[in-house]
Amino acid sequence: MSAPLVAAEPQAAVKKAKSISRQRLSFGQRLRRDWPLLLMCLPAMLLLLVFHYIPALGNIIAFQDYNPFVGDDPLEAFLYSEWIGFGNFEYLFKNAAFWDSVINTLSITAFQLVFYFPIPIFLAMLLNSIMSPRIRSLVQSVVYLPHFFSWVLVVSLFQMMIGGAGLLAQTLRHAGYTPPDMMTNPETFMFLITSQALWKDAGWGMIVFLAALVAIDTSLYEAAAADGAGRWRRMWHITLPGLRSVIILLLILRLGDALNVGFEQFVLQREMVGREAAEVVDTYVYYQGIAVQQWGVGAAAGLFKAVVGILLIVGANKLAHRFGEQGIYSKS
Amino acid sequence: MSADTAIRPRRNSLRPAWEEKPTLIGQFGKGTILTLVVAAVLIPLWTVLVTSLSSEKTINEAGGYVFIPREFNPAAYVVIFSGGQVTDAILVSTFVTIVGTALSLVVTVLAAYGLSRPGTLWHRSILFYFLLTFLIYPGMIPSYLVVTGLGLKDNLLALILPTAISAFNLVVLRAFFMSIPGELYDSARIDGAGELRILWRIVLPLSKAVTAVVGLFYAVGYWNAFFNAILYIDRNDLQPVQRVLQQFILAGQSPTSSGTAVAIPGLGSTMPPSLAIKMAVVVVTIVPALIVYPFIQRHFTKGVIIGAVKG
Repeated sequence: MSAPLVAAEPQAAVKKAKSISRQRLSFGQRLRRDWPLLLMCLPAMLLLLVFHYIPALGNIIAFQDYNPFVGDDPLEAFLYSEWIGFGNFEYLFKNAAFWDSVINTLSITAFQLVFYFPIPIFLAMLLNSIMSPRIRSLVQSVVYLPHFFSWVLVVSLFQMMIGGAGLLAQTLRHAGYTPPDMMTNPETFMFLITSQALWKDAGWGMIVFLAALVAIDTSLYEAAAADGAGRWRRMWHITLPGLRSVIILLLILRLGDALNVGFEQFVLQREMVGREAAEVVDTYVYYQGIAVQQWGVGAAAGLFKAVVGILLIVGANKLAHRFGEQGIYSKS
Repeated sequence: MSADTAIRPRRNSLRPAWEEKPTLIGQFGKGTILTLVVAAVLIPLWTVLVTSLSSEKTINEAGGYVFIPREFNPAAYVVIFSGGQVTDAILVSTFVTIVGTALSLVVTVLAAYGLSRPGTLWHRSILFYFLLTFLIYPGMIPSYLVVTGLGLKDNLLALILPTAISAFNLVVLRAFFMSIPGELYDSARIDGAGELRILWRIVLPLSKAVTAVVGLFYAVGYWNAFFNAILYIDRNDLQPVQRVLQQFILAGQSPTSSGTAVAIPGLGSTMPPSLAIKMAVVVVTIVPALIVYPFIQRHFTKGVIIGAVKG
């Protein structure tokens, strides 16, 4: 990001000499110069320390038989709780419900890679082919909106539209049909959550692809058309290759995030469709840890997910570099 | 390419000469798909709004949800704003959103400015400290223990402090601050201005748009906060609006929230709210998003979000 200043010759221009001198200041001089900036970073750092890093370190209760009642506060309880090594993990890995939640999570990720991931690309290409700027901006305004809604609101709206007493059921009953059960059926749960995710974020997901589409050089299309390529061939040979790097990047990011399928969406609907279909790793952590108060086991599940998550991100990033893409972080 | 064109699919609405005339089927197909997409978003919102403004009688005649407006009856809104749980929830959420956004903005702007000049003391380490939050997550259970250990149970600060800093927003702001020409800083410093003064008088006025967008994203986050309320708020009168929405619309569907240590506070004991009242609550949770949205959207074109996405 910042070009190193060492390359400049000290005797070059006065200005450059000044910026060089920055590097040569002693620690005390730099501290005297920069302390206001450091002070400005401090509140944010403290907040993250208390609410992000200390809880991250606190994951080591996964190796304890954590019992909140052996102390007056969580810290004391942590100090007095018994260390049990990998006991919680042993319990976890023998627990069928945990593996169910892992399998559910991975199936949802796989399902959404097929039925969610391509939709924003398709929508962006469709919208990009519309000539009228008014229609384009109207559609954009409408489909970006649900991104700003909470999951509670999205699930509630689905409940009101296609739920047992919803608008659709009401209309069907009026017409003399029996409405299908869509909000509480475990067998169709995968479709339900994917449509909710699409409703909420497919429009928002277009943004990246729209930007990539604009970046494609129009003269490519013109040259291809002059050579007799029809609209489908132009799409195949120009548009899709133009989107390639964005698609690969997002795909890899999604793979790195395979154990994250969202939490609130599932916690809200777990009771409606049952644990078998709706338990994901995050909800397992919540119900094991906080609701059933098996703190150590819940923390172990959380730690397992965090470690696998880091491995997946690092691995996905390696994969990105192999594809010649930038990845999430570069090799700095 | 300027940031302004970045978000618009095409600037020129004229069809280039080399492009084929659109086929009738193609036009029809595109029109149908886009209409369906837009309708899928708007129909639920429309139904909710119309039903919330309907009287009991109209709702009974329609057999439930009302789609075609027949009257303008604000009775449901009078009910929810005249005290009781929903009014409390609206006040709580408003408070959390305003105080939280203010705190988040101040802290994020300060840190983004503090990090906006590479070469300062510990610059790289501090930046790394913030970026590491993308890779290392706190974990739900230790977070719960820390927050309750600090005595924040049933305290609205529990809905603010844990989510007060988004490293993503910080990086966006920092990138913008860094794009401000260094000569401005230097001249101000020669004139004897301190860092706070430079931030307030020079940097912030130049970055109103991006600061506003970051603030609005924080605000949307606070208004939508739901799960932290389940974890940390037990008292009925301190529940935010999303919890009330969940109880009104979804809890009826899942009567047994047993198995959760955090029982859903007893709304069910009273008479179930009428459909119009439920819908009015839905509208109330949507409206802030609707108010904020045009502001956010206006700044799309300034490339804030695209710049962020590109990293």
